[in-house]
Amino acid sequence: MSADQKQDTIRCLVAKVGLDGHDRGAHVIARAFRDAGFEVIYSGLHKSPEEIVQATVQEDVDVLGISILSGAHNALIPKIIDGLKEYGADEDTLVIAGGIIPDEDKDQLKAEGVAEVFGPGTEMEKTIEFVRENVKDR
Amino acid sequence: MNATATSLVEDLLEGDHRALARVITKIENREPGYREIISALYDHTGNADIIGLTGSPGAGKSTLVDKLASHYRDQGLTVGIIAVDPTSPYSGGAVLGDRIRMTSNSGDMDVFFRSMGARGNLGGLSTATGDAVKALDAFGKDKILIETVGAGQNEVDVVKTADTVAVLVPPGSGDAIQTLKAGILEIGDLFVVNKADLEGADRTVQELREMIQMSGDYSAPAGGGHHGIDQSALDSDGEDADEDEPAEWTPQIVETVATDSEGIDELLETLQAHREFLRETGELEAKVRDRNAAEIRNLLRNDVSSLLEDEIERQGGIDELVDAVMARETDPYTIADEIITPIEDCLEDDR
Repeated sequence: MSADQKQDTIRCLVAKVGLDGHDRGAHVIARAFRDAGFEVIYSGLHKSPEEIVQATVQEDVDVLGISILSGAHNALIPKIIDGLKEYGADEDTLVIAGGIIPDEDKDQLKAEGVAEVFGPGTEMEKTIEFVRENVKDR
Repeated sequence: MNATATSLVEDLLEGDHRALARVITKIENREPGYREIISALYDHTGNADIIGLTGSPGAGKSTLVDKLASHYRDQGLTVGIIAVDPTSPYSGGAVLGDRIRMTSNSGDMDVFFRSMGARGNLGGLSTATGDAVKALDAFGKDKILIETVGAGQNEVDVVKTADTVAVLVPPGSGDAIQTLKAGILEIGDLFVVNKADLEGADRTVQELREMIQMSGDYSAPAGGGHHGIDQSALDSDGEDADEDEPAEWTPQIVETVATDSEGIDELLETLQAHREFLRETGELEAKVRDRNAAEIRNLLRNDVSSLLEDEIERQGGIDELVDAVMARETDPYTIADEIITPIEDCLEDDR
């Protein structure tokens, strides 16, 4: 018998990767996630795929949200997912992406392992709901 | 311990980063079985130097931690970092922003950085951080840094799990130093005036110096001894030792500009000096003893309290008991007695 009631909190890394200096959107998402009761770790700007992998593994997040507005998503996101695989972290981490990602790239990203892509104008509730429903069992 | 937990412990001890991360998650979530994991790791702990850093928001803790970690890495040492940030009492959510400052060690897996939300668990935070430190220690980290905002008892308890505590004081916080006197002054083994290139830094150093001088009846002139250990007592080491009073540590003041890595060397030396002081005087063992005592008490307090919660449920729940008090049928003291007496009797019978 112990005092320890299980306290499950969804942990999420909001990541900015590559040469993309715009993080207003990432801030908005981070705050919305926080208000939804998530623990949000923000990576800061201009991170390399390796740094995102390092953070995802060490922080043991349930969700990795990648924000890219630079157009480099096809180059950077697969690198991140490969890195996660290296640490065996790909299977139980929900990877979502947002920012400026053309529709024709979405299928490819999903094939790589991105669970969903959220474009501009997505309602916050929709993203939060998606995370709640799709977070992997651990 | 079930199979998953056993393999998790094995993987952690073999240096698997993901296993370490997962163990800390289990500690944070208090998942069933986490206690057995800590027990299994316990035997492998006790080798790391544990340093706590605290200070007001914006004092530069994260930046300083980043630079310290990078210097330790240069020395070939491995580093574990726990950064605690407040959790919103309203949503239960948190933005953990300390990682943003970790720019000097990017991609270096031998710096294990973990953000933790305070999660508002009463007294549980220090238990959780203490356990996370044990996981890092068992993993084999040489230096473990705990970073937390210095406000409130919770945070004070957290840094108490460290061997050495550094309190960061930004320049120009004259009045802030007044507030430091209560609580924080006692726990600071050294004070770091960060952003020392800013106006008002000299004054802040001066004020800290006065404060330290007044608080302890330290024989050494403030700021005189470079490394804090009462020189007379230390110099006597080997000559006519044991005649002097046991050496006392005078809290030291170090000026840094973390963003430019200025003063980091001196900070490292001071941290090391404190470490050596702790070891030579036996203070370290005393600290570890205190820590163990506090931990045992903490765990028991939590366990007993949950035992009692269960008992309250069995008696019809807290609402029913409160109803009885509201109706003036009984009073809180009587109820407490009624619940605790059978337990006391049980313990008596066991004797």
